[in-house]
Amino acid sequence: MASSAPRYAPAPENWGNLAATPRKGLETAFNVARDNLLAVLTTLRDVHGYQQLMEIAGVDYPDRPERFEIVYCLLSLTRNSRIRVHVTTDETTPVPSVTSLWPVAGWLEREVFDMYGVTFAGNADLRRILTDYGFEGHPQRKDFPLTGYVELRYSEAEKRVVYEPVSLAQDFRNFDFLMPWEGPEYRLPGDEKAQGEAPGAPSPIPAGGAAPTVPAIPGPGTPKVTEKPADTGAGAPAGKTAQADAAKPATAKAKSEVSKASGVPDPKPRRGGKKADGGDATA
Amino acid sequence: MTTRTLEVTGVDVTPEGRAAPQYGDRPTVGDEVVQNYTINFGPQHPAAHGVLRLIMELDGETVERVDPHVGLLHRGTEKLIEYKTYAQALPYFDRLDYCSPMCMEHSYVLAVEKLMGLEVPLRAQYIRVLMAELTRIMNHMLNLGSHVMDVGAMTPNLWLFEVREDTMQLYEQVSGARMHANYFRVGGVHQDIPPRVLDNIATFLDKFPTIFEDAISLVADNRIFKQRNVDIGTVSKEDAVAWGFSGPMIRAAGIAWDLRKSQPYDVYDRVEFDVPVGTRGDCYDRFMVRVEEVRQSAKIMRQCLKDMPEGPIGSLDRKVFPPKRAEMKTSMEALIHHFKLYTEGYHVPAGEVYVATESPKGEFGVYLVADGTNRPYRCKIRPTAFSHLQAMDFMMKGHMLADTTAVLGAADIVFGECDR
Repeated sequence: MASSAPRYAPAPENWGNLAATPRKGLETAFNVARDNLLAVLTTLRDVHGYQQLMEIAGVDYPDRPERFEIVYCLLSLTRNSRIRVHVTTDETTPVPSVTSLWPVAGWLEREVFDMYGVTFAGNADLRRILTDYGFEGHPQRKDFPLTGYVELRYSEAEKRVVYEPVSLAQDFRNFDFLMPWEGPEYRLPGDEKAQGEAPGAPSPIPAGGAAPTVPAIPGPGTPKVTEKPADTGAGAPAGKTAQADAAKPATAKAKSEVSKASGVPDPKPRRGGKKADGGDATA
Repeated sequence: MTTRTLEVTGVDVTPEGRAAPQYGDRPTVGDEVVQNYTINFGPQHPAAHGVLRLIMELDGETVERVDPHVGLLHRGTEKLIEYKTYAQALPYFDRLDYCSPMCMEHSYVLAVEKLMGLEVPLRAQYIRVLMAELTRIMNHMLNLGSHVMDVGAMTPNLWLFEVREDTMQLYEQVSGARMHANYFRVGGVHQDIPPRVLDNIATFLDKFPTIFEDAISLVADNRIFKQRNVDIGTVSKEDAVAWGFSGPMIRAAGIAWDLRKSQPYDVYDRVEFDVPVGTRGDCYDRFMVRVEEVRQSAKIMRQCLKDMPEGPIGSLDRKVFPPKRAEMKTSMEALIHHFKLYTEGYHVPAGEVYVATESPKGEFGVYLVADGTNRPYRCKIRPTAFSHLQAMDFMMKGHMLADTTAVLGAADIVFGECDR
């Protein structure tokens, strides 16, 4: 019994004169130079029968000179087979658009543009697609933080949605799951006992012998202090209007937040305790 | 203010059931020059099936151009998955197409299993197929019902929702949740299905066809329903291929393409079912393809119930699939495995796969890039709705404004999946 993943026909062995280098991996895939992309995809579609473009995926490898990989997933309805074509690019170099081959590529390229900032030469409608109107940045890039840069809320005071810089009540937690069993990259105090001796050497080291050389233990870094508000990890203080709002007494706040909308008269502070309420049944 | 006189009154469809796109070709009446105008459909519209905003350019009541604005439900699922372990990423898939949660999970677990080369016990494969088909029924009940409601019929929708409620009850009995099941696992499924629940599923399969066929009989041959759907949003075979259609959309166009049949996964090659195919590629065909798919799904489920063997419901590889609760109480090793799996998770060997399954809406694919750690390096989700919604523009061209809902309803779009 093998893996229960979809079983389809293997890709053909003979690709003819295709300007592509096969990639290693579980599935048939090719690396193609940017300039050859259109020619290769046209050949795959018209000669080899890969009629459908199912997906264009972007991947970001920030360490590479051409950091973005654009992956075209093709499907053949007649051969019942799938292949992938990979091209690479960087932030500025455009990739030739395949909208002339498959109209469906329009939105798929828009998404890659939106998420990674890769441009496609020849796509007539390269607008953002998934992110907000007026969004800045390309969220799927590895250097874009998970939390983003702005957050929005409805402001009762301004009667509209306002954008503010993200403020986190707690630092983003990123657990290092690789630590205990895969081997840490730093040494803890006491680790030196586990090594520094030849295999099979008697333990402990006989008296009079040279002390084992223990590599310097890098400290855990600057100890965390919370002297200043900035050290606490709390977000930036709220805007000036909000602070001023908070400083106001409750009745003033009610005036600014509630009564403006509802037209209800401002609440009057009670005076003189229960008696002032008059006719209380229990009184 | 109307500047144009339309001679047709009351009926906007010809007796043959053909839509009336010919209005656009007629000369204007009177001296005033008619200009196209743009209207905004949605994003909060009951017939938009979610948060879809359509910018429509109209000439009178005829649609000239449609520009769908999507992304209003974009939650950054793909980015979030990059920060989660493989097991933690699974619940996000329920929240993609929230009308067919388990089918979303299916692509993902198959992708991870393919990367790991993991074998899944036969019973687990049968359970997955059983639940995937139950999900298909659940999805189609919602879509068929809302489609008929979009074109003006109320009763079938209420009846079909009753069936959908039954499927969700079964969901709850199997997984513990009515919608966001989080039931499939890499290597199998979360829990075995008790015999009594299997019995309930069998009872459901015996009972639901009556109410389903009743509801469909109200609309399938109904004159008004046909007038609203036949020859609306016609898509040819060539267009369907070029626009990346899949699922009922490509089958309605006349191409017998079903991933369950042509690229079988799990035990789909062990069950027998037929693939319905349309002839004209219009909204009516899409509706009827889905109707027949429900019957076939019930057929597959019966076979699953009959053929399902006894045995484990998850891979026996303890480095991937967690041990049973009872085992944990007695075995130290099982306890360690449990702890490791629920903190660090499992490591997936480096590699890239694109795995697609036949979700109720079409080809739902996952392109997964693993870098050897316990978290996916990249998880690109291929939604079915992207290609179908993009084709709205050419499907709507020349149709009346009122046909928008029929085309939209027949495309079966859910925005959790489209916007991710």
